Amino acid sequence: MSSSAVAVNYPGEHSGLTNAKLGIWLFLASEVMLFATLFTSYLVIRLGSSSWPRGWEVLNVPLGTINTFVLITSSVTIILAYAKCMARDKAGFKTYMALTLALAFVFLGIKSVEWGTKFRAHHFPSTNIFFGVYFVLTGLHALHVIGGIILNSVLLFMADKHWDDPLFAGRVEAAGLYWHFVDIVWIFLLPALYLL
Amino acid sequence: MANQHVSDPTEHAHASHELSFWRKYVFSVDHKVIGLQYCITAWIFLLIGFSLMMLMRWQLAFPYQPVPFLGRFLSPHLAPNGVISAELYNQLGAMHGTIMVFLGIVPLAVGAFGNYLVPLQIGAPDMAFPRLNMMSYWLYLPAGLLMLASFFLPGGAAQSGWTSYPPLADINPGQTVWLLAMVIIITSSLLGSINFLVTTLNMRAKGLTLSRLPVFVWSEMVASVLLLLAFPPLEAASILQLADRVLHTSFYIPAGLVVLGVPSTATGGGQPILWQHLFWFLAHPEVYVLVLPPMGIVAEIIANNTRKPLHGYKTIVASMIAIGFMSFIVWAHHMFISGMAPALSNFFLVTTMIISVPSVAILTCFIYSLKGGSIRFTTPMLFALAFLPMFGIGGLTGLPLGISVTDIYLHDTYYVIGHFHYVVVTGSIVAMMGGVYHWFPKWFGRKMNDTLGKVHFWGTLLCMNGVFFPMFIQGMAGQDRRYWDPMTQLHNVPTQPLHVVSSISAWTLFLFQLPFIYNFFHSMFHGEKADNPWEATTLEWACPSPPPHGNFVKIPRVYRGPYEYSVPGAKTDWIAQDAPEAA
Repeated sequence: MSSSAVAVNYPGEHSGLTNAKLGIWLFLASEVMLFATLFTSYLVIRLGSSSWPRGWEVLNVPLGTINTFVLITSSVTIILAYAKCMARDKAGFKTYMALTLALAFVFLGIKSVEWGTKFRAHHFPSTNIFFGVYFVLTGLHALHVIGGIILNSVLLFMADKHWDDPLFAGRVEAAGLYWHFVDIVWIFLLPALYLL
Repeated sequence: MANQHVSDPTEHAHASHELSFWRKYVFSVDHKVIGLQYCITAWIFLLIGFSLMMLMRWQLAFPYQPVPFLGRFLSPHLAPNGVISAELYNQLGAMHGTIMVFLGIVPLAVGAFGNYLVPLQIGAPDMAFPRLNMMSYWLYLPAGLLMLASFFLPGGAAQSGWTSYPPLADINPGQTVWLLAMVIIITSSLLGSINFLVTTLNMRAKGLTLSRLPVFVWSEMVASVLLLLAFPPLEAASILQLADRVLHTSFYIPAGLVVLGVPSTATGGGQPILWQHLFWFLAHPEVYVLVLPPMGIVAEIIANNTRKPLHGYKTIVASMIAIGFMSFIVWAHHMFISGMAPALSNFFLVTTMIISVPSVAILTCFIYSLKGGSIRFTTPMLFALAFLPMFGIGGLTGLPLGISVTDIYLHDTYYVIGHFHYVVVTGSIVAMMGGVYHWFPKWFGRKMNDTLGKVHFWGTLLCMNGVFFPMFIQGMAGQDRRYWDPMTQLHNVPTQPLHVVSSISAWTLFLFQLPFIYNFFHSMFHGEKADNPWEATTLEWACPSPPPHGNFVKIPRVYRGPYEYSVPGAKTDWIAQDAPEAA
């Protein structure tokens, strides 16, 4: 068992996972239920709707595609940050974590350009049911991105003080798992809203 | 692995002396303090929810009569001349349900009993994430206060029932604050359920295998899974309803909606029934969150007071898990008359009949456990014994509601109210009152007064039946629920005297809670000293009462199952779980 697993701090027959890892997986299970509900609602509303615009005619597909690549890249950089953390390379960890954060901000920047264009064209959540779905789903996803930014920056700033804390690597791993989840949700959102 | 534990309980015990008052009693991370915070807060919310109902019961028993004494304190706008208006009645009704379910029983069953007892029963020094635990409570309390504050905000409290069906809930005043508070409460419950699952899975004492867990811990585990997976859909549903109200989207507003003769300005295209599906996808598992932990409490009390092992431990645990799974596929039995496809109704009818099997299995095991035991009729045992027939009535009266044919007649009548109050009030709340008497010595190192306890028990049991039994008759006579003035329908006139019986029982029920409240606070300081007065076997009694910070002086090791009572050849009639083999 690796040194980071000292997070298990109680003797007993347990799951073999650290508290942080088990906790984040359970949290992600609840998040899956949250987004599964939203996607199901989207399906139900769309199937019951008399007309539904084609996503690529009203939304900006190139920007959505660029954003997808930005997020996927950030998933790679956070993995590299975790790998550097396990290899005890603090400078490398900080670089990749900062890169992850930068990419997250790029994602939000592109997103706000998209939203801004819509607002200027007088497309609001109340315009029609399609834009209601679009703004609420992408908005909730953006909130999750902001949550990830907060989590990742806390880890970045904690690095100096807590680098030798045996729990630190576990926390980076948990943040990574969460960040992948945010990424995966977007990979479902892109076809659901832009392409279908 | 076995030697990697970081926390040294004795060190904790010393550290606790240095904590300030605020860190020790207010913003505490100790599961015991948080458990008691939850306990007292949840009982207060139950009392508030009950008070709202006592006001409503005046209007039901004596329509259009001014409320005595209290009438003049009510806002003249909502209660002209002290007479409860329809608007106020609707606010009271919606808030009664919300407060009782989300701010009363769930926090009491999971937040209070679970928080205090689960770490102790598994031999852990605290929860897995103590700070998260503190955050759960400090999300729950502000959300509850926000919910209460909505009475005094412009627009008043929510008035669309605790189920908040759109499109009514989309346009009724007061709903926005309800939704905000709900999102916070749900978040708090989610954090709590993650904490319980990690704690139970990862932090059990050595030797405490899953098959040696007390039934109560199992019940909390299943309840946590239900909270974890069923609450997010309601969170999503609430977010969509919030968007409908704040961003003027139309997720739940159909095209062509006309309100009071005026066409709605919303663009439409949404589906009102979607909310019902999402709401009940949570709210049916939620029913089992309300019921399973109290069942766990009853199991502990029964085993302890019959002085024999629980009958069918494995059956009970398997049934609880089965209920957990099944509870996710029965939700639409609340929606038989919503216009859902009949084929779908049949599916939910069948699953609903199936889920009653494990519930009956659990109850049967409890009844069998009584057989041949030398029962001690202590106060907690009285409550546990009352739970059995009362929950039985509640469960069995549910069957006609789960069958679509009979449900069409009974749907939305007082029969439904009678049914679920028998389950949740004479079932869950009675069990949890028993739980308070049972674990009070653990919490404060003193016993509650037995005489006052018995007065409380008999009064409560009689009055609760007086409140809820007439509802079955009224429901079968065709009286619809949620009516501000039942007399507007002629067929309700013959059963009107039963409303008076219900109301007087409800007010008397309140009087019988006074000995309980007095007993609780008086015994806290002046009760008879006790450490393990019930001679109970489970681990929570292996540490001092009340337990010090860090709980166990020495981390216990478990050698046996949870209910080793009257073991042949043993010197005493009980062997604690942490007693070595040679006892």
